[in-house]
Parts: sequence; C-alpha cells; structure tokens
Amino acid sequence: MTSQVMTLSKAINAGLRQAMTDDDRVILMGEDIGKLGGVYRITEGLQDSFGERRVMDTPLAESAILGTAVGLAYAGFRPVCEIQFDGFIYPAFDQIVSQVARMHARTAGAVTMPITIRVPFGGGIGAAEHHSDSPEAYFMHASGLRVVSVSNPQDAYTVIQEAIASNDPVLFFEPKRRYHVKGDVELESSGQGRNAMDTARVVSEGRDVTIVSYGGLVQVAVEAAQVASTEGVSVEVIDLRSLAPIDFEAVANSVRKTGRVVIVHEAAESGGLGAEIAAGITERCFYSLNHAPVRVTGFDIPFPPAKLEKYHLPDLDRVLDGLDRALDRPNSLSGLEIS
Amino acid sequence: MPDDAAEFVQLITADGSRPSTSLFEAWVTDIDDAQLVARYEDMVVVRRIDVEATALQRQGQLALWPPLLGQEAAQVGSARALEDKDFVFASYRENGVAYCRGIPAVDLLKVWRGTSQSGWNPYDFGMATPQIIIGAQTLHATGYALGMQNDRSDVVSVTYFGDGATSEGDVSEAMVFASTFKAPVVFFCQNNHWAISEPVGLQSKEQLVNRAAGFGMPGVRVDGNDVLAVLAVTREALERARRGDGPTFIEAVTYRMGPHTTADDPTRYREPAELAEWAQRDPIARLGAYLRSTGALTDEVAGTIDETADRVAAELRAGCLALPDPEPLSLFEHVYSEPHRGLDRQRDHYARYLAMFETAPTRPAVQS
Repeated sequence: MTSQVMTLSKAINAGLRQAMTDDDRVILMGEDIGKLGGVYRITEGLQDSFGERRVMDTPLAESAILGTAVGLAYAGFRPVCEIQFDGFIYPAFDQIVSQVARMHARTAGAVTMPITIRVPFGGGIGAAEHHSDSPEAYFMHASGLRVVSVSNPQDAYTVIQEAIASNDPVLFFEPKRRYHVKGDVELESSGQGRNAMDTARVVSEGRDVTIVSYGGLVQVAVEAAQVASTEGVSVEVIDLRSLAPIDFEAVANSVRKTGRVVIVHEAAESGGLGAEIAAGITERCFYSLNHAPVRVTGFDIPFPPAKLEKYHLPDLDRVLDGLDRALDRPNSLSGLEIS
Repeated sequence: MPDDAAEFVQLITADGSRPSTSLFEAWVTDIDDAQLVARYEDMVVVRRIDVEATALQRQGQLALWPPLLGQEAAQVGSARALEDKDFVFASYRENGVAYCRGIPAVDLLKVWRGTSQSGWNPYDFGMATPQIIIGAQTLHATGYALGMQNDRSDVVSVTYFGDGATSEGDVSEAMVFASTFKAPVVFFCQNNHWAISEPVGLQSKEQLVNRAAGFGMPGVRVDGNDVLAVLAVTREALERARRGDGPTFIEAVTYRMGPHTTADDPTRYREPAELAEWAQRDPIARLGAYLRSTGALTDEVAGTIDETADRVAAELRAGCLALPDPEPLSLFEHVYSEPHRGLDRQRDHYARYLAMFETAPTRPAVQS
C-alpha cells in the first residue's frame, strides 16, 4: 500500500486522475479547468494527460455545463462538472434540480445520470461576494441528488472517486479553507469499499456530548473537543461526509451514548442541515436526550464582507459556547428565556 | 400575414403547386410521389391521433393534451429526414416526431393521463423523454452531440423547440456550446407564432433565423407547412452535422391552429381572422392538392389512409382506457439507482402505513 502526504486539493486531483485512468468515459468540464488547471488548480495537469476532449474548458455558462452534462450522460459518459465557485451554481440550478436530479426517475430508470458536480464552498478565505456561500441545503431538498462533503485529504481522494463511480448524481462540496491542509493519503484505498461516501465518520470518540459537522468546520469541532477535554468534557466529533442522505444510524448511535448534540455548519440556520439533523435525532432518540439539540451556524444573512466573516462563521469560541449550552453550563444565553 | 413565400424555402405552395425553382429541390430528388403519399399518410394519421387525444381529454380520460394541429408538416418533414441512429430531444408538443420515430401512439398519452413521467424508453426509439421546461432540452441535445463527437460517431442529435423558447437562456447557451465545439446538432425551431398568449413579436423583433448568425452557425428559414421543403432543409442540416461541419439553426414557420393545451382558450388573445388565414396554408390540404394534381392521391388511396387513421385512433382510445394505474409504492422507484438510506426508510414506513388498512377497522366517515 502506498501512502503519501498531500494537500486536500492535491488529493482531489489525484482522485480525479485515478478515476479518469480507471474509466475512459469519465470527462471533466468547467471554466478554466484545462490549460489553467482550475482557479484552485484542482485539475492541474489533467488536460496534459488526458487531452482537451476529456478535460474541457467550457464557455462561461453554468446552466450549459450541467445541461450538456445531461446529454453526455444520455450518451453514456460520466461527466464531472466543476462549478468555479459556490455562488456561481445558481444559474445551473434549474438543470440540476429539474433535469440531473429527476432524469432517472422520469425515465423509470432507463437513463442514468452519473454526474458529479464539484463545488468549492464555504468561507474563511476573505473572498469577495459570491465566493463564500454554503448552498448545500438547496440540493439536499432536491430528491434524486446525493450531496457529500469532505474535510480531509484521505476522504477527498476516496470520496471523489466514489462520487464519480456512483450511478446517481452527486454534489461534491469541497471546503476551500481546507484545500491546503496536508494529510496522509492511502492511494490504494479501494479496500475501503463504497462506504466513505455514504457513511459518517467518527473523528474522535467521546462520552459527554456529540458535535456533528462536515466540510470546513470539522477541524474547528476537533479543536473544540480538544479544549473541552482540558475542562474534563469528553466530546465525540462526527464528520457527516454524506449530507444527503444523512447517516442517522451513526449520529443516533453517538447521541444515544452522549445524550447531547451540537450541530455546526457555516450555512444559514433556517432550513439548514442543522434543522434536519435536530429533527432526525429528536425522532430517533428523544428519550436519550438530556438537552435539546443545539445549532451553531452562520446567521440568516447574505454572506458578509471579508472583514466581517469571522463574526459570521462559527469559530472555536462559538462552538465551545454551543457545547456549554448543550451541557447546561454557563453560556451566552444563560438566563435568557427561550423565545 | 407576416410571412410571404419569398422569405423562406418553399417547394410546394399553399395552393398545391410545385414551381421547382428552389435550390433545395436538389435535396429531395429521390422523393417520388409514392413517398409523398407516405408523408401525406403520416400527417393524416398524426392529425387523427391529435384529434383523438383532444377528445380523450374533453371526455376526462386525460388531464391535459398539447395539440399540434397545423404543425404536422414541420414535424413529419423533419423527423422523416432522420436516420434511426440519430437522437431527438424534443418538447412536449412533438407528438408527430414521436410517431415518426416509431413510438406507439398510446405511449404518448401516459404522461397526460398521469400514469408515468415518461411514455417510453428513450434508447428504444432514439428520442428522449419530452421536455416540459422550456428550452432545457436544447442543452441535452448539444451534450449528446458532444458525446457523439467524442466517440467519432456520425450520429446527429436534433432538438425541437418553439419560438417562445428562443428567449430562454438555455437555448442561447446551447447555441454557444454547439457552435464553439462544432457539435453535430440541429436546432429545429418551430415558429408557431404563439407561446400560449404571447405572439412571436414579443420574443423577437427580428426573424428568429437571424439569431443563428450571431452564434456563428448557418440558419435557414423554411415554410413549416410544406413537408417537402422541411424534409429538404433538414436533410441539408443533418448532412452538414454528419460531415463534421457543426450545427444548423432551422426556423420552420408554421402556426399553432389549436390552443396551447386543452386548458388554454386562444379566443382570449388572438383574432379569428388570423386562424382563418392560416387555415388556407394547411399542410395536409396543400400536399393533398399537389398529389391529386399528379394523380398519386386518388379517392381510393385517400380512403385507405383514412381507414388507417381511424384504426390508429381506435387503438389509441382502447390503449388509453386500458392503461393501469400505478401502485402506490411505485412512488419510491427509480428516484435513485442505488440504495438510499433516507428514501428506503420512508418507503418502509409508508408500506407499514398502507399495510395497516388491510387489518385495521375503518374509521367512521367525517360528517360534513
């Protein structure tokens, strides 16, 4: 087995390269992904290796990237579409939710849509407007899609390949703030089977409270767990990986043990993943709960200017405050009547 | 009348004469009277299917039906230019195209009777499930063409859409992609003059065909009520695509003689005189007049064609009434192609709910 230290961005690149080598029907499409190698260099070197027809620089038209991917899937290809930035996905929304998501059901299974949609997402990099969004909840709500996110190089390498191999369409959310984080990557990871994409991962075990997160904030959760442990609190951290469907078995198993849960994400609170998780946990382990599920999320605001994002995005202190709320310890809302 | 014969390709005039002066005659030199009679039959049968389906809707057997009345030549002429291996991405009104692709007429009704979202397997007939989102299918056709190009195949994809669709961003994006990559795709626009209540003048101040130049592809405007002219221009476009010279935009000028759908009332927004004028350019009457002038269409031949149409209509009606209602648990089928823990759970819970009715006593009815 070959193990290599690489960044998350390089791990996606390596995963794409492996998927393209394994299956010549895999083609990449997107803006600036060829000669430039993508604005984040995720596709660097791939056009040199596989040519302009398998790594296509497309005109600037997101609906067309997804719409032509539908036609390519009809023709037996496995398109991997790059949306350059999270906030640029909305022009493609109709093709994604009306066409990509529904074609298999519409045609009673005759036409499959093995399309992977790669989306660099989230804030924390001081970007301009439309470059820091977390649009995952929109797509969780669209039946027919699978939605995943990764937080570390190993999962990036494995899950991108699983997403491409899936016969269902997959939204693959890449946390921009984690692109340059390094980690060990087991390059022959086929032994992991098809499970990484579908299952949550227990990042660190604990007894007192569970943090559920994904993507860019898993690391913040891990740091919060480390700080809490110095205060004698044992925190279990779960990285969802699959946002749709959610691996509620893993989440509920943890919450049955801890009785307390904090859900952490960058996206706005209302109608977000935290709401779905809180409801799902409450349905499944109501009698194990010692406190209502707690959400620590971005506010219900348009993504703010760069100088304000540190107040908007959940950070270590806000997650610790969330833990305090879940643990009935003194916290920012102590004494406030629930309203 | 906004269009006169000088403005488009026309091989058979509205009164059924054939001046044989168009350069496009070269594309149909192999079409003899027997083949024109076959196209006449296509159009008669397609119209009969349309009338029968409209009647089925009026009788409550279909929730809705989108008539193609008046557009038979545009659809039959173009579809009969295709080879079996070609692939069609059409809208919901291309029932005449579907007929020519060999799709059983009853399969056209499943969507409108509400028994399924697709009447057929697209790969069985080289025709995608009709698209309801306006213009979205033009991108699918372009993507399919890119795939054929990747495979070095000589298959062409053809997309059908209306004048209203030309205002959709997807159609412009499809034409950009097709032109840039020289994709083997034909953009077949049926300008039927109306997008529900909006006249074509609201979509464009120019003839629609003029858009083609801006995207860098050839455009041709054809009399969409002349089946032979439509066949000729479509053949030319297919040949261009097949030899690797990229896409073509065809504007077929025709007229939607019926409502947008059976739920629409066109008397609220258009003048009866306009309809009467277009009736003078009826695609079936004109080919019939031409074929009677050559002697190919006798009363006997016409009678046989009518019998065929009546038989297809009777089969359509019987097939429609025999379509089974789907089972409730089929709701969950095919949403995903692989197991999905969330939906599998919902299915299981709903199955338990349904099973409850097999054993539980019926609750008393609510008094209202």
